[in-house]
Amino acid sequence: MTDTLTAPGTTRVVDARGSFCPGPLMELIRAIRESAPGQVIAVYSSDSGSKIDIPKWVEKAGHRLVELARRDGYDEIVVEKTH
Amino acid sequence: MNRILILGGGVGGTLTANLLVKKLRRQLKAGDVTITVVDQTGLHTYQPGFMYIAMGGERAESLQRPERGLLDSQVNLVVGEVAKVDEALRTIELRDGMRLEYDFLVLATGSRILPEAIEHFDTEAHHFYSAEAALELRKALDAFRGGRIVIGIAGMPYKCPPAPLEVAFLIEAELRQRRLRTKSELHFCSPIGRAFTIETVSEMATPILERKGIELHTFFNVESIDAERRVVQSLEGEELPYDLLILVPPHKGQQFLMDSGLAPAPGGWLPTDRATLQVGGRRNVFALGDATDLPLSKAGSTAHFEAPVVTERIVAAIEGRAIDPQRGDYLGKVMCFFEIGDGKGTLLQFDYEHPPHPPKPNQLWHLGKIVFNKTYWHTVPKGRV
Repeated sequence: MTDTLTAPGTTRVVDARGSFCPGPLMELIRAIRESAPGQVIAVYSSDSGSKIDIPKWVEKAGHRLVELARRDGYDEIVVEKTH
Repeated sequence: MNRILILGGGVGGTLTANLLVKKLRRQLKAGDVTITVVDQTGLHTYQPGFMYIAMGGERAESLQRPERGLLDSQVNLVVGEVAKVDEALRTIELRDGMRLEYDFLVLATGSRILPEAIEHFDTEAHHFYSAEAALELRKALDAFRGGRIVIGIAGMPYKCPPAPLEVAFLIEAELRQRRLRTKSELHFCSPIGRAFTIETVSEMATPILERKGIELHTFFNVESIDAERRVVQSLEGEELPYDLLILVPPHKGQQFLMDSGLAPAPGGWLPTDRATLQVGGRRNVFALGDATDLPLSKAGSTAHFEAPVVTERIVAAIEGRAIDPQRGDYLGKVMCFFEIGDGKGTLLQFDYEHPPHPPKPNQLWHLGKIVFNKTYWHTVPKGRV
């Protein structure tokens, strides 16, 4: 899949490309802490572990996984902060 | 004249200064180069020893020596707190108003702990990231007669990533020796989805946690402490009650680096090139050790292996020659011992491309760590290993 625009409604982009696990997850957690409920965060990660770790964390933390998409050389994981 | 200014007299700063002297003797003698270390206290602290104050009978006095005695006599030492770096003027300013000029700047400013960032941390939680706190933890362990011990991490990144697991293993062994194990529960909270950030280490540590009966809680990012109910709460919505709470405090880079525009808030970690160790693409500014934003262990070992890279790059620039690629690129090398308890340890050795494959824990690696701790003063800061 080639590069596409980040999902509509995204309020913040966390570009963690080049950061290794657990860097992207930690960056998302920081963004979640700083965001308000309802805000949508897109994480870009080139680490292959993120597409597994981040959805698991999102489920445990009770937030909502909006989208998980393969982009050009990285994954985009979109998360809505629900509470 | 080339003025080399090194901020920080820890492992990275001290070793870089001493290595530079070895490579620049002629230029120093001719007065073409000056090397200055600025350190806040003038005391060099061996921080890996803190854990042994809590767990191994180490004394705080044994972990500090005057920085002056560790530096080559040709290195100037200024004791003072840095307030600001002015990149346009190539100066740094100290809190007392003193200004120092530089042509090359080495930022070996380490990390700082912020227990106060979490409410009730100071009254409810113990840690081992300072000599005083480690001694308090020792007293709390001595007074412990059974109950729930919770060990967790209140913010990443933090210094010496294996340390919380090591403490869990060592406490478990101690409780067995004191015949308190059957009266105690041990809980280990990891912020990520496994026991340790590096997968191969996690694969080694997880069965040991199981064997020792230490309950692993994954995705537990410490958010708050309810002091009244004596529970620690996670961002993920879990709660764990405790009788003894041991938390790694949140860590940050130095405030003056953020104030000077060198490191972004809120973390304060310097944006550092993983190979050249240059900061934000600046030709003459380098970072090493805890201060960087590299995805590596914040540990003395990292600084130890980064110092020769910074040295080679500065020396090559001063001598007007090409950088030796064998010595001038950092490949991510880190090496550290890992305590398992019961007098056993293992070794973590890795770089950017090669994850660690820890050998089966044995007494040799535990003894290796003890010998390294004792001989540190004569080896690492002086560039002998």
